[in-house]
Amino acid sequence: MKILNAALMACALATIGTMTAEARDLTVVSWGGNYQDAQRKIYFEPFAKQSGKPVLDESWDGGYGVLQAKVKAGIPNWDAVQVEAEELALGCADGIYEKIDWDKFGGKSAFLPAAVSDCGVGAIVWSTGISYDGDKLKQAPASWADFWDTTKIPGKRGLRKGAKYALEFALMADGVAADEVYAVLATPEGVDRAFKKLDELKPNIVWWEAGAQPLQLLSSGEVVMTTAYNGRISGLNRSEGKHFGFVFPGSVYAIDSWVILKDSPNKDAAMDFLAYASKADNQSKLPEYIAYGLTNTEAGKLVPAKFQAELPTSPENLKGAIALDVDFWTDNSEALTQRFNAWLAQ
Amino acid sequence: MNAPRLSKQVISLVLVAPLLLFLVVFFAFPLVTMMKSAVSDPVAARALPATARAVAGWDRVSPPTEAMKTAFVADIRQINDDQLFGDLVRRLNSAKSGFRTLMTKTRAAASNAAGTIDLIALDKRWADPSYWQAVSVAASSSITDRNLLAAVDLQRDASGAITALAADASANKTIMLRTFVMALTVTVACVLIGLPFAMIAASLDGWKRQLLLGAVLLPLWTSLLVRTAAWFILLQDTGLINSALMQLGLTSGPVPLIFNRTGVIIAMTHVLLPFMVLPIFSVLIGIPKNLMPAAASLGAHPVRAFWAVLLPLSLRGVVSGSLLVFMSALGYYITPALIGGAKDQMISSVIAYYATGAANWGMAGALGLVLLSATLILYAVYLRLSSEREARA
Repeated sequence: MKILNAALMACALATIGTMTAEARDLTVVSWGGNYQDAQRKIYFEPFAKQSGKPVLDESWDGGYGVLQAKVKAGIPNWDAVQVEAEELALGCADGIYEKIDWDKFGGKSAFLPAAVSDCGVGAIVWSTGISYDGDKLKQAPASWADFWDTTKIPGKRGLRKGAKYALEFALMADGVAADEVYAVLATPEGVDRAFKKLDELKPNIVWWEAGAQPLQLLSSGEVVMTTAYNGRISGLNRSEGKHFGFVFPGSVYAIDSWVILKDSPNKDAAMDFLAYASKADNQSKLPEYIAYGLTNTEAGKLVPAKFQAELPTSPENLKGAIALDVDFWTDNSEALTQRFNAWLAQ
Repeated sequence: MNAPRLSKQVISLVLVAPLLLFLVVFFAFPLVTMMKSAVSDPVAARALPATARAVAGWDRVSPPTEAMKTAFVADIRQINDDQLFGDLVRRLNSAKSGFRTLMTKTRAAASNAAGTIDLIALDKRWADPSYWQAVSVAASSSITDRNLLAAVDLQRDASGAITALAADASANKTIMLRTFVMALTVTVACVLIGLPFAMIAASLDGWKRQLLLGAVLLPLWTSLLVRTAAWFILLQDTGLINSALMQLGLTSGPVPLIFNRTGVIIAMTHVLLPFMVLPIFSVLIGIPKNLMPAAASLGAHPVRAFWAVLLPLSLRGVVSGSLLVFMSALGYYITPALIGGAKDQMISSVIAYYATGAANWGMAGALGLVLLSATLILYAVYLRLSSEREARA
């Protein structure tokens, strides 16, 4: 038995040894697709050059459980992660992110108020709304009512799979004014109303999950319209000469933030990276590749005028758009998702 | 016991030690942990000890008592560990939506001011007994059947009786049933294609056999994700299959092959076919080649020889292949997610949502436990049937 015990110990030690022996390089995680390509060019690679250490990048599709599991397991294998507003709020309350050292960022006042949190630095302002292929569609959709109207514009529609966004859009299609959406959705009748409206479109919906999918669905003609992230649409137009349109009225905008996972072994390097990626002159390069609004107020001013018009933060595009209600979704996400999944299955 | 035998045993133990270790670390331990997480619910009892005592005498219907509120605020002040607080909030919010913002607000108020706090003035939700019911249920016991009940669309009402969840609130039973139906469909499709294929491959030799086997093995060496993506390209409305059909004039419009059950079954059958062909093939090549000529020499028609000789002999391969395919198909996730529509998602997608989306490990564990039990029951039925058949034979 002694030999067996020794063998067991040796195996266990060897496993632990290989897990911790190597110091991991700074690992940055973002949303993939043409957005991450742009980030790699303007943030990851120049930062690696400046710091003299390699930067690894990975992509993910969100999901609070992914981050929570990584932190719970001990030393996380990701350092800096870009997260949606809801994941920031949940994780900050649960203590799974490192606190941000705002001195490295030039103080909180340099950023949009909504982009400042104890646990995260706002990275972009992005919109979800209707997009369509301008080359294929003669009559462009203008509202969610058009999106729901399959006789006016026949064909399938793409929607992000999940209760978030789908319910808001359904209510707007049902005639709820954009600024009253969350007031209606907070009542049980409002939720019923949204699901009833989704019922109408259900046979014509193609559900997508990753941000790059709606672009493929539109390009291949699998859908005539889809919800999509505005920046990816303008990015694709520029890189592949497409004429995809994006409808800003009725779109929902939100802020994505950079966070650092608790007990990250590269905490300091990650903080330096966040500071680098949040600098005004670095952030201002982003709109050239992808049309997301910027969180550093100085950066917004440095963006060339020709790119300004495409950003969700331009005054013209903010008309009729609403901000995602993070509090509503942190409270109701689980119950509404469960109902949404049940609705999908029927 | 003599020395050589003992040392032999020690050596054999050492030889299997890596395997044992592997099984324990990567199989038994995670399995037991997940199963435990389905029923264990210690968070609230640990975080709210005073509240647990205070709610013991409460009838769960009348308005909350002052003692409960005081104990609750005292407990909240005691929690220093942010992650424990996070677990508590997640546990409560999963029972009743609204606790997320409510708890954050309450904790901030409790830590900013000493002394008593008027919870109802802070937020009127604290006057609602249903929030206190959730606290009371969570704090009073560290074992729960809540997740297991929810996994089969049941719940306990305020009085503790088991009732069905509203039809539009949860569809786990439907999805579980669908998972088994889809796995069965794929298994049948694999038998229908795999059995003739393996028979032809076994009857040939030389390069022809290598070619047929290569056609099965090559996909097996390719990543599942790549094969699924390839089917996505083939099956879509403007894909190869539909454009070929339309050019041949067989259909006027695209046949719907993607985002529906047909597409998922086609792709899953292709992905799982090797697991059917290979076991059947290995059984078939063990059958003496002269059996069929022998049957023919005794006057049997080829069809009768097939039914009476070859098919029964190859059945052992079909059964083990079917088991392999069926069990693997039960856990499919990527293929239905990419090729299927909303009505083709299997139970793994629900488990994945609870694990990666909601960080609700209890529900994920409970659904996994239900799936495991259902599978084990089916396996037991199969063992029973096959042993009866062998006994008869």
